[in-house]
Amino acid sequence: MAKYLQIFLLILVCPSLHAIAGTDVSPNAVVCAPSNDNINAGDLNFFNSASPPAHEIREIAWLVLGICAAIFIVVESVLIWSIIRFRKRARDAGEPVQVFGSNPVELAWTVIPTIIVFVLALATLRTIREVELTEAPEGSLHVDVIAHQWWWEYRLPNLQGDGTIVTANELVVPVGRPIWLTLNSADVIHSYWIPQLNGKTDIIPNHVNHTWFQADRAGIFLGQCAEYCGTQHANMLLRVTAVDDETFNAWCAHQSSEAVSDPTVEKGRDMFLDLACMNCHAINGVSEGSFGPNLTHLMSRTTLGSGVAPLNPTTLRAWVDDPQNMKVGCNMPSLELDPNQLNEIVAYLLTLK
Amino acid sequence: MTTASHPHTVPDEVRRTFGARVHSWVVTVDHKRLGMMYVGFGLLFFVIGGIEAALMRTQLAQAAGKIIDPATFNQLFTMHGTTMVFLVGMPILLGMGNYLIPLMVGARDMAFPRLNAFGLWLFVFGAALLYYSYVGAQGLYGTSAAPDVGWFAYAPLTSKTFSPGNSTDYWILGILISGLGSITTAINLVATILVMRCPGMTLMRMPLLCWMMLVTGILVIIAIPVLTGAQAMLLLDRYLGAHFFDTQNGGSAVLWQHLFWFFGHPEVYILVLPAFGFLNEIIPVFSRKVIFGYALMVAATVAIGFISLSVWAHHMFAIGMSPELNSFFAATTFLIAVPTGIKIFTWLGTMIGGRMTFATPMLFATGFISMFTFGGLTGVMLAVVPLDWQLSDSYFVVAHFHYVLFGGTVFGIFAGVFYWFPKATGRMLSEKLGKWFFWLLFLGFNMTFLPMHISGILGMPRRIYMYQPDRGLELWNMISSIGVLFQGIAVGFFIWNIIASLRNGKVAGNNPWNAWTLEWATSSPPPEWNFDQVPTVGSARPLWDIANPQDPDSRHEHHQGEGHQ
Repeated sequence: MAKYLQIFLLILVCPSLHAIAGTDVSPNAVVCAPSNDNINAGDLNFFNSASPPAHEIREIAWLVLGICAAIFIVVESVLIWSIIRFRKRARDAGEPVQVFGSNPVELAWTVIPTIIVFVLALATLRTIREVELTEAPEGSLHVDVIAHQWWWEYRLPNLQGDGTIVTANELVVPVGRPIWLTLNSADVIHSYWIPQLNGKTDIIPNHVNHTWFQADRAGIFLGQCAEYCGTQHANMLLRVTAVDDETFNAWCAHQSSEAVSDPTVEKGRDMFLDLACMNCHAINGVSEGSFGPNLTHLMSRTTLGSGVAPLNPTTLRAWVDDPQNMKVGCNMPSLELDPNQLNEIVAYLLTLK
Repeated sequence: MTTASHPHTVPDEVRRTFGARVHSWVVTVDHKRLGMMYVGFGLLFFVIGGIEAALMRTQLAQAAGKIIDPATFNQLFTMHGTTMVFLVGMPILLGMGNYLIPLMVGARDMAFPRLNAFGLWLFVFGAALLYYSYVGAQGLYGTSAAPDVGWFAYAPLTSKTFSPGNSTDYWILGILISGLGSITTAINLVATILVMRCPGMTLMRMPLLCWMMLVTGILVIIAIPVLTGAQAMLLLDRYLGAHFFDTQNGGSAVLWQHLFWFFGHPEVYILVLPAFGFLNEIIPVFSRKVIFGYALMVAATVAIGFISLSVWAHHMFAIGMSPELNSFFAATTFLIAVPTGIKIFTWLGTMIGGRMTFATPMLFATGFISMFTFGGLTGVMLAVVPLDWQLSDSYFVVAHFHYVLFGGTVFGIFAGVFYWFPKATGRMLSEKLGKWFFWLLFLGFNMTFLPMHISGILGMPRRIYMYQPDRGLELWNMISSIGVLFQGIAVGFFIWNIIASLRNGKVAGNNPWNAWTLEWATSSPPPEWNFDQVPTVGSARPLWDIANPQDPDSRHEHHQGEGHQ
């Protein structure tokens, strides 16, 4: 049986090395990716770490993997050897020698594992200290994360002026600066997990948690909610974009500006206010609902419905028409708009750059 | 005049009508019949839970699968987990203890036979209540619905706000009631082992399975009431306006996790210790050697019992505990690896120098050692807290606990079923079908669960009804799903084997494996009273002593641990 195991290990390990090493095993795999940026097979693999806490975890992972693999190989080898060597043969007659035990041997297989786990425990304690910070690192950018059934709300201070930037599902951060996240939940337990940036931290209502990361390089870092949180747990995707300081400042300035006011879509805006939309959605200067995502700069985002689809006029129209069709069980109801209302509202939303 | 005075006439069973036979099973207080019913119901639920798993794997065979809607999928994994833990693992293991313990300690029955029957029917009622939810419960939109909160039912998802309707109540009450059944069985096992042993059987002469069952029983008595209490609190929250777990009114979601895992981690050992016990009986018999280091094996078992009560929060490393608490629970978790390792080394030490034959029970026992070692080592990886922050709640964890609970517990159960089936029924299971079963299951099991380690490392969280198509997950999930096919065929071979062997299997005789413990000293199947005379033992292997009068074990008792004979 151990033979099978080894064959499987080989089969599994070979192709997966590509993914673990971060090389792209599916060069044109972006079949229906949420947006048109390149997503590779290894992009959610914590071995491709891109942030100091994730680096620490990767290092200890290799250490532990090595030790465990060595133990496994030793135990399996002894097992296979004894199966072959001590199989009953035709010439064997009667019972073998009965050995009731041996103090030195039993002592050895008690003490040696104890030493091994002691070493592992020391390494673990050290890494816990490196990764789990109890206060924000110096110079960090403070971001509030509020998890909702099934989307993410972000609040961060506006570094280009007063007030707070409120956005949803997609966070933009500067490269090389520690990001200190304060995690809150509006409803049930969720978990914040972007493997390349840090391990996961649960988001528990009535119990504030913190986590942090510091992106080494520019790029898009993906993740998703990692604690079962109800019907659409699978479509609660995370997306953090790390950019240089200049781009980040521009993003901040843009996000903190008032919503675009385009007179050509006034009709749509009025419908947004007259119908139920404004009860849940905030648009700075227009409405103040806070149950759903803030839509002030909706079209500056690349995905829709917390990553359920890429954001473009077609998907937006389909979403407003019937969210339950795209994300079954989500908290936005189907509003049964007539085609005219649908056209006007979508036209208005499309101007919210 | 009475039946008892004519033991050689046609048994009553054959002449009775079907109704009378069913009645005799329903009212029985015989530990053997109760044990067989536990195992029978457990195997039935094993098939049901397996079908639920197969449906999930069908959905996950491809990215963005559209076969099963999210609500149904969430019910499937909730029911699969709940079923496998509470309606498969617990009843089969405790049921086999029920069957075997009185025979192994040379008793006529369990200490409290009526309580024993009560426990079984509580379990059956709890299980029926849980599954009745599929037709009777009201879910989200007032439609009938099974529970969909996950098998550990984290608050506050279970509150009235987020789980309207009453499907969650079916989960609470079904498990609460079957849990009460488990407590009664555990009390019975502990009492039987402590006070009903035959003359000569000191604690250190018990078959090792009795030690494992003793520790398991004690763990059940400690752990299950905590869950029962937590479930009662949850019911108070849901119906009487209490706020234990109601975070919107100052309740604590973390409290539920502590209570649940204070039950939940001992539960893992409740599910694996009896399987260790089966191996402790099977490996020596098929190696033709006494266990290597009986006393250390006992010590390791008791140590696991104690330490398992102090590791629960390793399920909660991601909840934001302080570094000190995380370090404490990491340390206890590492510590429990030591006695667990001792068990594996003891089995290897028993096999080395033996004359092994590989009938199906031994195949499963060897498969257990191999797979459980793998699952144990991934468990060590998960005890490394920072690594757990990456791997917790991912498919890596799903892979890990299936290696422990399937590669371990389930393989152990099948080893035990093949080993004791001849005793319980008087007929051997077919070796040919048994080998097909083992190899197909072994292949299917590894195909399904080995790739899940990779899926987890590639960032796939557990409990998602669909995954994104662009993340390199397709291949691994497809292999996992294909593996289920092999497992399904394997279970087909098992059912065929049971039916065919019951009808015309080889007649077993009292001791087909040439084994050494007391259950093999009586007939197969044993009479209702187990033994015609109260047996007396002079060592842990009474039948060895009879077969080898020139070298009885009692001669070595004082030299245990000092080497050769």
